Amino acid sequence: MTATSDRDQLDALVARAHDNRVNLDFETEGMTLNIGPQHPATHGTLRIVARLDGEEVVSAEPVPGYMHRGYEKLTEVRSYPQINTLINRIDWLGSFANEVPFILAAEKLMGVEAPPRAQFIRTILFEMSRIANISLFIGDYGLQLGGMTAGFYAFRDREHVLNQIEAATGGRFHPNFDRIGGLKDDLPKGWIADTHAAMDKLLAFCDEMDALLMGNEIFQSRTRGIGVIPADIALSYGLSGANLRASGVDWDIRRDACPPGMAYDEVDWTVWTHPDGDCYGRTWVRLQETREAAKIVKQLLDKIPGGPVMAKVPRIIKVPEGEAYVETENPLGAMGYYVVSKGDLVPFRVKIRSASFNNISVLPWVARGAYVPDLVSILGSLYFILGDIDR
Amino acid sequence: MTLVLAAFDPPYWLETLVKVLVISVVVPTTALILGMVFLFKVMSWMQSRLGPQEAGPRGTLQLLADGVKFLQKEDIAPAGADRVIFKMAPLVVLMSTLLLYVALPASLHLVVADLDVGIFYVLAVSSVSVLGVLMAGWASANKYALVGGLRAAGQLIAYELPMVLAVIGVVIQAGTLSLNGIVLAQADGSIFGWDGIGFPYILTQFVGFAIFLAAVQAELTQPPFDMPVAESEIVSGYQVEYTGFRFLIFFLAEFATAFAFAGIAAVLFLGGWAVPWLDASSDWYYVLGPIVLFAKVMLVAFIIFWVRFTYPRFREDQLQSFAWKVLIPLALVNLVVTAVLKVVV
Amino acid sequence: MPKVPGLVKGLGVTFGEMVKTLKDGPQTTLYPHEREEPTPRARGVISLHEENCTACMLCARECPDWCIFIEAHKYLAPPRREGGKPRQKNALDRFDIDFSLCMYCGICVEVCPFEALFWSPEYEYSEVHIADLLHDKSRLAQWMQTVPDFEPYESGSEAKVKKVPRP
Repeated sequence: MTATSDRDQLDALVARAHDNRVNLDFETEGMTLNIGPQHPATHGTLRIVARLDGEEVVSAEPVPGYMHRGYEKLTEVRSYPQINTLINRIDWLGSFANEVPFILAAEKLMGVEAPPRAQFIRTILFEMSRIANISLFIGDYGLQLGGMTAGFYAFRDREHVLNQIEAATGGRFHPNFDRIGGLKDDLPKGWIADTHAAMDKLLAFCDEMDALLMGNEIFQSRTRGIGVIPADIALSYGLSGANLRASGVDWDIRRDACPPGMAYDEVDWTVWTHPDGDCYGRTWVRLQETREAAKIVKQLLDKIPGGPVMAKVPRIIKVPEGEAYVETENPLGAMGYYVVSKGDLVPFRVKIRSASFNNISVLPWVARGAYVPDLVSILGSLYFILGDIDR
Repeated sequence: MTLVLAAFDPPYWLETLVKVLVISVVVPTTALILGMVFLFKVMSWMQSRLGPQEAGPRGTLQLLADGVKFLQKEDIAPAGADRVIFKMAPLVVLMSTLLLYVALPASLHLVVADLDVGIFYVLAVSSVSVLGVLMAGWASANKYALVGGLRAAGQLIAYELPMVLAVIGVVIQAGTLSLNGIVLAQADGSIFGWDGIGFPYILTQFVGFAIFLAAVQAELTQPPFDMPVAESEIVSGYQVEYTGFRFLIFFLAEFATAFAFAGIAAVLFLGGWAVPWLDASSDWYYVLGPIVLFAKVMLVAFIIFWVRFTYPRFREDQLQSFAWKVLIPLALVNLVVTAVLKVVV
Repeated sequence: MPKVPGLVKGLGVTFGEMVKTLKDGPQTTLYPHEREEPTPRARGVISLHEENCTACMLCARECPDWCIFIEAHKYLAPPRREGGKPRQKNALDRFDIDFSLCMYCGICVEVCPFEALFWSPEYEYSEVHIADLLHDKSRLAQWMQTVPDFEPYESGSEAKVKKVPRP
């Protein structure tokens, strides 16, 4: 990561000013604005120290850590089922997705594989958590930019997905459903039909968002050409997920490097990319991903095989010695768990690679020369969740 | 009835007292009604919910409850604030609103002051609120407030021009600046000889109507032009340090101004307090006039708030370029066409 | 046919939504006048079936928050048949769950080897004092009345439906 010094940023500003034919001889001292930690635009307690020159941002530095809960230290003294409960709360909007890489890593160390029925249901719930997460993002992005109605629609239509997750797992936000070797329980009767209906409603919601938000000329003028991140910068900063795909990089872990234990090769689906790399591209890619996730769920629902949902594992889980790193395509990006085990009930060390931490590291680069409203637009489109940054 | 009133010739002080009382009752009431119906109910219906339900029957007294809540809050000012200007700023904005109501006619005789230069006075007086906003932004001793205040000043001044130019089209057609005169010109007019509905100027001045509504939206700092009060960025901008009673004054001023501007739009473009089939000097207008005006105001206000709840907000420079590069040339073209057609046709 | 500008389409969406709300009613539930029933599996509150509990302490040990407090004593129960040895059994003195700490994760319900703990979808038990959120043995037994029967599974499942012990 290249450190942008004050001189570099000033040079960038001067270069841009020459493009805009602005006279920089009246160089007044800039204003330092503290955006956050309490602020409606940052998704949580993130502090951004922005130096402004009028309305233009000279530098913007994110200061995370206000929500650090010490997850990696906690995992050193918790058993595997207890860790499963805790990591639900890292990315709390799409919380089933947090459990999956950890469980897959533990399964890899133990050498067990979940039965096919469990793999299908796991993938279905994974994609549903993606829908729950990203549909909120789209509504919330509209809210940040001023069209508050979009936010209400998102919450309203997300209820259908959350109700389905609750019907299967018992918890709307923190399912705690994945287990080493399979799932906790099987699906209740009627779940498949209800989930089909919920997915249809979600597809209607995506069309509504297209009409209300994406097609709106004002929204487009706020997001097109704003916050452009070229592909090489995106790769060097470690962006992942929709941020990377919106910069034109065709990389999706589900297709390219899927860990064993998921059912993606049974489904017919596409990966969406956008060449521009601006805020509009990121939003567009996420909207298409939501649609794609709904389609994946519908295909998988019809194909769930019969059988058990749990493999033969001992009652008290003792993971044998070894280390494993498993990464999956979570709603926010690429999330991975590096589990080091010494053969105990409790892992020796768990390192959590969270997507939002890298996603926000590009903020100083992309915010130079942007206006303050553009900063809000960029922050919204990069889409991070504080629990994911700070853990 | 007009004769009866002419016989009862009140002294000047009584007349002024009555007018002051009327305005001081009408202004908060209209603000409350507008706020209740549109901000709470219509916005909620557009968002698949019902809005307030608990306070009063079906939640109708919610704004009253909010008003009482605001009144009983502690009156604080920030430590570094300029106290006098801080306290004066909401009053300046409210003053501009109250002055707007002076010229708004509810009927031929139900008007506080029937000015000959009615619309000119209205436009001039509505600009006074810019001062109040700047005062609020500066005196709050808060960076967010300053940013909001500066944005507001630029925006409010920029959108004065399209409003004036749109209005001039109507004035050319009516031939008079007086608001009652414009209403009478519409009521007595005819469309190609058919005087069934008079001649509401929206039929020929639709461009002017659209520009006027856009300019009104910007004058009220409502989305899509609400950069100065951008809630999710600078957390209510120049109003951020105002609590309790002073915030209530800002809130009241905003909705009362919305009502006043919608009233002006109704007068200029929709025919004001007159209905087409009733003669303008009829006595029925003492009761019917306010009702008709109220109905037309609700229609215009619905459009204003409908746009408000649907669109995201413009960025400040996009807002300015929209005003200077789109609205003003459009208004000028409208003006030229109107003037030419008035002479030719 | 020229493309309808996005601005107009957006207005159509909100207007249509307003008409739908006025015609079909809102998408919200007017709590507390109306209630939305959660699903039978919803994790509302934990209930205890005391007869099955042997005070093995597994739930208290596995709880990530340590919110279960168990005290038990041993007593001698009469032998099962004539001439046999008296059996040693556990009896619960105290079984408290502190719901102000509980994470609603369900580990205790899952690890119980004797199926003494059950989930109930009941969620309206807020208290004014936080100390009242410590539910003792008798209160936990009362929640058993609200525990629904286990639902049948989807087709293709091999799992067996468990039974809730009823008095």
